[in-house]
Amino acid sequence: MKRSVFLGSVAAFVAASGGAALAAEGDTLKAVQDRGELICGVNTGLVGFAAPDASGNWTGFDIAICKAVAAAVLGDPNKVKYVPTTGQTRFTALSSGEVDVLARNSTWTFSRDTDLALDFIGVNYYDGQGFMVSKDLGVTSAKELDGATICIQTGTTTELNLADYFKANNMAYQPVNIDSNAEGEQQYMAGACDAYTTDASGLAATRAAFADPENHVILPEIVSKEPLGPAVRHGDNNWGDIVRWTLNALIAAEEYGVTSTNIEELASNSENPEVQRLLGSSDDLGAMIGLDKDWAKRAIMASGNYGEIFAKTIGEETPIGLARGLNAQWTQGGLLYAPPFR
Amino acid sequence: MSDIPAPAHQPFRLSMLLYDRRYRSMTIQVVVFILVMAAGWWLVDNTIRNLQALGKDFNFGFLFQRSGYDIGSPPIPYNSDDTHLRAAVVGLLNTVIISILGCIAATFLGTAVGIARLSNNWLFARLMTIYVEMFRNIPLLLWILIVYALLTEILPAPAAYRGEDPEWSKILFGNVALTNRYTAIPSIGLTNDPGMLDLGFRIMINWATIAFAVVLIGGWLVRRVVLNRAQAAQDRTGERPTTWWINLAIMTVPSLLLIWYFGLHLIQPELTGFNFSGGLNLQNGFVALWLALTLYTGAFIAEIVRAGILSVSKGQTEAAFALGLQPNRTMNLVILPQALRVIIPPLTSQYLNLTKNSSLAIAVAYMDLRGTLGGTTLNQTGRELEAILLMMLIYLALSLLISAGMNAFNARVKLKER
Amino acid sequence: MSEMHAETVPFVRDTMIPPAQPPELQSGAVKWLRANLFSGPVNTALTLLGVAIIWFLFSHFWDWFAHSVWNAGSLTECRQIIAERWGEGSRGACWAVIRERWHQYMFGFYPPELHFRPVMAFGFLMVALAPVLFSETVIIRRNVLIVTTVATLLLMFLLKAPMVWMVFAAVILIGSVILAERRVSRLLVFSFLYPLLGVWLLWGGSLWGPIMVLVALGLGWAAWRLLVGFSPLLAMIAGVLVTLGLWLFAVGPAASDARSLLALSIIPVDSDQFGGFLLSITIGVAGIALSLPMGIVLALARRSDMFLVHTLAVVFIEFIRGVPLITLLFVASLLLNYFLPPGTNFDIILRVIIMVTIFAAAYMAEVIRGGLAALPRGQYEAADALGLDYWRAQRLIILPQALKISIPGIVSTFIGMFKDTTLVVFVGLFDPLKGVSDFVRADINWKGIYWEPYIFVGAIFFIICFSMSRYSMYLERRLQRDHR
Repeated sequence: MKRSVFLGSVAAFVAASGGAALAAEGDTLKAVQDRGELICGVNTGLVGFAAPDASGNWTGFDIAICKAVAAAVLGDPNKVKYVPTTGQTRFTALSSGEVDVLARNSTWTFSRDTDLALDFIGVNYYDGQGFMVSKDLGVTSAKELDGATICIQTGTTTELNLADYFKANNMAYQPVNIDSNAEGEQQYMAGACDAYTTDASGLAATRAAFADPENHVILPEIVSKEPLGPAVRHGDNNWGDIVRWTLNALIAAEEYGVTSTNIEELASNSENPEVQRLLGSSDDLGAMIGLDKDWAKRAIMASGNYGEIFAKTIGEETPIGLARGLNAQWTQGGLLYAPPFR
Repeated sequence: MSDIPAPAHQPFRLSMLLYDRRYRSMTIQVVVFILVMAAGWWLVDNTIRNLQALGKDFNFGFLFQRSGYDIGSPPIPYNSDDTHLRAAVVGLLNTVIISILGCIAATFLGTAVGIARLSNNWLFARLMTIYVEMFRNIPLLLWILIVYALLTEILPAPAAYRGEDPEWSKILFGNVALTNRYTAIPSIGLTNDPGMLDLGFRIMINWATIAFAVVLIGGWLVRRVVLNRAQAAQDRTGERPTTWWINLAIMTVPSLLLIWYFGLHLIQPELTGFNFSGGLNLQNGFVALWLALTLYTGAFIAEIVRAGILSVSKGQTEAAFALGLQPNRTMNLVILPQALRVIIPPLTSQYLNLTKNSSLAIAVAYMDLRGTLGGTTLNQTGRELEAILLMMLIYLALSLLISAGMNAFNARVKLKER
Repeated sequence: MSEMHAETVPFVRDTMIPPAQPPELQSGAVKWLRANLFSGPVNTALTLLGVAIIWFLFSHFWDWFAHSVWNAGSLTECRQIIAERWGEGSRGACWAVIRERWHQYMFGFYPPELHFRPVMAFGFLMVALAPVLFSETVIIRRNVLIVTTVATLLLMFLLKAPMVWMVFAAVILIGSVILAERRVSRLLVFSFLYPLLGVWLLWGGSLWGPIMVLVALGLGWAAWRLLVGFSPLLAMIAGVLVTLGLWLFAVGPAASDARSLLALSIIPVDSDQFGGFLLSITIGVAGIALSLPMGIVLALARRSDMFLVHTLAVVFIEFIRGVPLITLLFVASLLLNYFLPPGTNFDIILRVIIMVTIFAAAYMAEVIRGGLAALPRGQYEAADALGLDYWRAQRLIILPQALKISIPGIVSTFIGMFKDTTLVVFVGLFDPLKGVSDFVRADINWKGIYWEPYIFVGAIFFIICFSMSRYSMYLERRLQRDHR
């Protein structure tokens, strides 16, 4: 009897709380607006990209994308529910409708975009796989790693790149496939692997936290292209447009010098017609994607433009200390190039 | 009884389906059957509709695509050009290997600790109690991580063996090098190599291995014949002919001859480049998982063994002592055989648990079935439905195999019961 | 006497010699040592081995524990402090991470100002368990309840619970202590209501939901009552149908209507804010509460004469026992969406609870089947002879005895299940062992910390599981004495 009461109460609770998540099919924008909350799939914890602090607030580079989308769609950057996903559950969570957007440093690849029925809407971080080795090893190039033991995180494209790279260079290696970053670092620090490989951003963050960062070097070879970007479900093009152009708005804002501090001022008196369109002071671009005029303005105000987000979460001022590199604007020699807002 | 009149034959009424004992169980079964079929149909129908909605199909074709990832120390030849199917087989073999080795080691450890807990050595019995309680009450995942990290932290990197005056030297007469990556042990070399038997699928067995297996099995069979004849002689004359030297000869001489013929020798692991090579490198992930599973399951088996021993009545021990048997012979000949009957059923479920718990291998970089088929393959192909169903079926088959084997063993032990 | 024989007996001792001390080697500590530690070469060797093990552990880990740092903002700071205090190159434990993040290890992302609610729910759980578990002796029950009351109120006070809640908790806890002294069976009403209360306290929201669930249950009971004179079976079916129908279709709307009249609502907390030990305990307790009845049903089904029911039970139990829990969790997180109607998407914690329950129930069924099989045949025959029908016989005669026999097995299944809740990390939930630790280490301040979280979490698991196993041993001993 006790059991049935409990089941019943649980059923009632599901009816109450799960009802909102029910409308996963079809119109995601409407579902999100009805729910009043954006559900964002994020990493369970990755330095600089997504991690909760001591008071439970999520911060990081990927989190900023979620906040920007929430601000654009719902008007409030804090109306986001973060669903932590593992390497294995992330794509299923997206395709089953558990999350609206997946902002979880996932590499955009052909098969993921097609076979897994995801839509990558752009790239928010251009990464590449690198190697870190201890200085005493005397290794200066990845080509000298023949026969080495290499620690690697499973379930990512990293595993495939590593296999391809060593095969292409006709070298042997001993993989240690570990499922979590923390265990991998622990192995590397104790010298149980000669090299640790993951995305270069991850290597930099890992090295920054060592007691002796000066004793470790990141090898110059970047062996893969890892365009990391947010993904949405295949099929809901309007929702894909919203997320894509929110990201583009952040990038464009940096290009045009729109920051979270001067945005109000520019919105009212900018001379640049592109900025006017972006911030909704002239054309109403928002209506074309089912939002209001100020959508991009809110997205930028959520945590600043792309450059501000970068500087705050993973930039050179932070302990992670990543340089802009490929992630600089195209005008600065990088790859960031937002299509025109027109 | 017989003169109670039989109840008058009642015409069948619909309500009898519910109230008449003769029909009620039929009714219930029919209802259950309909419910189960309906539920099954509902699940399948949902799955089909969901797959359609996602534009996916139910197709095991992905197993034959190129896997693209490497696995450390595979038990059969494997590289990233092989198929996902082969990767899954590698994972399955790894699961089987760790399960078998784990079960064997845990049984020995558990038996030893179970007996030690009953020993009259105060300190040692207490220590064993602490061990058992520690391992039984803390999650296995933590133990696996701890053992792995301890191996990593305490042992040196292979580089410590380098140079004229290395910090560490190989143990066991210079045969075994302990490192924080693997335990390097010598491998076996043959000067007179008879070549390989190709089993297909790039799986090869050396003829020498087959020769040894044949000799050992043959020797064991001959030994049984000798023992049977000795028993018969004892039954006939009351005196048992000495057999130990015949047995020893049967078991060793042919093997020694084979060793001499093939020129068997050990190939020492040597430090070349980053790592040891030449010998056999037992990966630390494997060693750690093996140790952790052994220690964890051993604690449970110790309790089972202890309970089994305590279930044998004190009188048995006293009778054995009265017959003049030594304590260890009492244990081997009198107590353990009787305790075995109590021990085997729970032991079986411990073996099953160990096999299933080996699926935590991914935490220590040991690529078992869950790491390959249910891990990287699932991840790279996105075929979660197929991969997980297949994985569950394989685990189920393994479990049923173990159960069947242990039940057969149990039946044999039971036969001795009077 | 001595005077009478004075002439005939040359010497009669009239005082006793004081007993002599046993020889030096046969007394006191020396004797104990000889008997228990050095009684033979093997024993001596074992003792020396034991001492060596202790010494090894002590010498390797003591300095690390001794050099503990409790106050620091980051791992780097910890390292500095250790280097300052105990010299360059010395190692030490940095417990500061636990100090800073303890609330996440305990409650996950549960809103800090509401932490008192899980504490209260847990305190009430002990009260709800009191009439079931601690009904044997008055003293133990009294101690348990008083300790629970004091600890819960103290913790709530420390967690800055609002006054209203303090009073509410105090009334219930102190009331239960008093009630337990007088008529403990009355507390069963509280145990019966507890699941609803616990769910409400943990997840929050409107009180109307649980109330409506109760009302539906009451209506179902009324339907049963009305029809029971007519036909017991029909009454049971009607009662179940009414209850389930109301739960499925009427409870939700009725609760929301009532809510619009009068809110009666507390701050809702989503499942995804659960984490750490709160998550483990929630999954564990729900799994325990649900798997026991399910296990009983499965065990009875497996022993049933009906071929189909028996076969289904066997297939189900063997299937669940044959696969690792981790694959079932994958089913919960990856496959359930395929098996349910398109668009269904319910709470991941609930999905995990269902899977853990199914898993534990299969084991429970085997344990209880063992208990049923151990029961003498005569008990079944006696029940039949009394003319009891199947359910009455099970309820009144068979199950109480069978369950008593299976208590050790049941408790060890519980312990196993509680430990297994750490596996939920593989489906992206924040279990205390790896889930919370992994994201704590994703904070740049604590990146690279390794042993401290594991030791902390392991110690708590040990305390909980060890006390559960000790309690079961106590229970077993008590019940044994009663029946021999």
